Amino acid sequence: MMTEIQRLELKAAEMRLHIVRMMGPNKAHHFGGSLSAADLVTAIYFHAMRYDPKDPAWPKRDRFIMSKGHSVPAQYAALAMLGVFPIEELTTLKRLGTRLQGHPAMHYTPGVEGCTGSLGQGLSYANGMAIAGRLHKLDYHVYCLIGDGEMHEGQVWEAMMTTPRYCLTNVTAIVDQNGLKAMDATSCGKQLEPLAKRWQAFGWLTREVDGHNMEQVCRALDWAKRQSKAPSAIIAHTVKGKGVSFLENQAPFHNAPITPEQYDTAIAELEAHLAELRKQFQAIKEVA
Amino acid sequence: MELFETRMVYGDALADLGQMRPDIVVLDADLYKSTRTVVFAQKFPDRFFDMGIAEQDMLSTAAGLAASGFIPYANSFALFITARCYDQIRIQIAYPALPVRICGSSAGLTQGPDGASHQSLEDISLMRGLPNMTVIVPADDVETRQATMALADWPGPAYLRLGRYPTPRLFGADYRFQVGKNTTLRDGKDIVIFATGHMTAKALQAADLLAREHVDARVVNVSTIKPLDRVGVLQAVTGVGHVFTVEEHNIIGGLGSAVAEVLAEESAVPLTRLGVRDQFGESGLADELLEKHGLQPQGIYSSIMSTLRAPRK
Repeated sequence: MMTEIQRLELKAAEMRLHIVRMMGPNKAHHFGGSLSAADLVTAIYFHAMRYDPKDPAWPKRDRFIMSKGHSVPAQYAALAMLGVFPIEELTTLKRLGTRLQGHPAMHYTPGVEGCTGSLGQGLSYANGMAIAGRLHKLDYHVYCLIGDGEMHEGQVWEAMMTTPRYCLTNVTAIVDQNGLKAMDATSCGKQLEPLAKRWQAFGWLTREVDGHNMEQVCRALDWAKRQSKAPSAIIAHTVKGKGVSFLENQAPFHNAPITPEQYDTAIAELEAHLAELRKQFQAIKEVA
Repeated sequence: MELFETRMVYGDALADLGQMRPDIVVLDADLYKSTRTVVFAQKFPDRFFDMGIAEQDMLSTAAGLAASGFIPYANSFALFITARCYDQIRIQIAYPALPVRICGSSAGLTQGPDGASHQSLEDISLMRGLPNMTVIVPADDVETRQATMALADWPGPAYLRLGRYPTPRLFGADYRFQVGKNTTLRDGKDIVIFATGHMTAKALQAADLLAREHVDARVVNVSTIKPLDRVGVLQAVTGVGHVFTVEEHNIIGGLGSAVAEVLAEESAVPLTRLGVRDQFGESGLADELLEKHGLQPQGIYSSIMSTLRAPRK
C-alpha cells in the first residue's frame, strides 16, 4: 500500500510536469519560484487543507493565499489536479481571454481566494480571512505562502505583528525560502537572517523544514494546525527551480523563457523522476 | 446657524449602521478619536479592529474580510488611507471589486495646522483613477449620514471623503442621497457652479454675492465624483454662459477634471476650475487656508466675476 507521503510525492512530481507544460518553451514564465513551491503547495492542498473541489466556495473550506503571486502556476496546477477546472485549461496560462492570469485574480479563477502579485500583501489578507472565520464561528484554517524575497516588503512585517495581536491561530504562514529573488540572492539588498528567530520575536511559533522533504513538510503542517496559543510559521528551505537540473538555483530563471531544447530536457527529467517514483513505490508495494 | 463636521456625523451614523447590520466591521489605524470610529468601537468592540499605525496592512486585511462576507469600513486621514496604501487598494480591493469602504477623514486644506503632510489635495484624483472605484464627497451632515448608510448596500469598493470643518446643513429632511446623482441647491440661469464637500456651502454663499452683481448662479452639489452624473452635468449646463467647479482639492484630477472630461466631449460651454492650483498645502487655520486659495465665498465670487469680465479669447 502506498503511503500518504508517497502519494504526495507523486502528486508533487505530477505538479512539476504540469507547471513546465503549461509554461512551455519560448515564453517568459516564473519557473524558479513555481518549482521551488511545488512540494509545499502539494502538501498544503493534498494533505493539509479541508477542501471540496466540487464546491470551491464552501464556507467551511480552508483557504490558501499565494502571497508570492508569481508562483501561481503551482496553485493552478493544484486546482486543476483537484478538478476545480480542467487540466487542459492550464495551457491557457497568461493568454488573452484566459481565466489563468499571470498573477492570482480571484474574480477570474475558481478556487483562487484573493488578488496578489504586488508582493507583500497576502499575509494581511489572510489575517482578514482568519478574523472573518472567527466572527462567523467557522473553524477554517488559512494558509499563506510567502517568498523569502517577498519578505523585503515592509507590509509582511506589519501583518506579522497583526496575526499574534489578534491571536489568529487559524493562520499558518509558510515561507518558501529559496534564497533567490529576481536578480540575485535574497541576501542582496536586505538582511533577512536570522529569519526563524525574527518570526519568533514577532510572536509566532516556528518550524524549519526541508521544503522538498514531503514527510517534514506534512509533519510541520500537522503541527501548525494543532497550535492554539500562537500563530504558526513554517520556514521551508527550498531550491529555486527544483526538479529541473538547469533551472535549479538560477536567479535568471525567476522569470525567463526556456528554449525548445531546454523544454524537452526539462520534461524528460521530470517524466523520468515521476517514472522512477512510480517504480520505487510499485516495488515497495510488491515487497509488502 | 448650526454647523456640523462631516466626520462627527459619520461616526454616529456608522455606529447606528452597526446596530442594524451585523456584517459591518470597522478598522482604524490609530486615529479612532479623530475619525470618530470610537463611537462604533465602544458599541461593538468585537467588530472593531485597531490595526495600529499600518495603513497598508489595514487595507489588505479589510480586503480579506470583504472577501469573506463582511462590509469593512476602513478609516484613517484621507491621505494615509489613499496615498499610503494605493497599491493595496488597487490590487486587492479595486481589481476584484471587493466592497471595502475606504473612509478618508480630515480631508483637504481644512485639516489645517498640521500642514502639507496631512492635507490631502490629491486623494480624489487617486481614487478616481481606479477602475471599479466609487468616490463620494458629502456636503453636509444630512448627506454624510445617508451616504454612510447607503454604502452598506453599494456593490463594489467606495471611497468616502470626510472633513473636520464645521459646515452648515444644506439638505432638508426630505433629501434622499443617491450614488451618482447631483442635486441642484440653487437655481440660476447665467452660470453653473458645480461644487463638492465643504465647497458646496461656500459656493451657495458666493452665489448670494454674485446675485448682488446680477449674476444668477445655479449651484449644483456633486457628491458622487465617480461615477459622475453625466446626464445631470449636461442638463445643468444647458443654456448657461459659463461653468465653474469648486473643490477643496488640486484642480488636477478632482471634480474640475471630472466635469471637464464630460464638457470637453459633449458640450461647448466654457469651464473654469477653482480649487488648489497644483500646490501643496501648508500650516495655518482652516479658514486662513481657504482664503489664501480663494475658496472662501468672497474668493469664489471674485474669481467668478473676474472670469466673467475678462475678454473672451
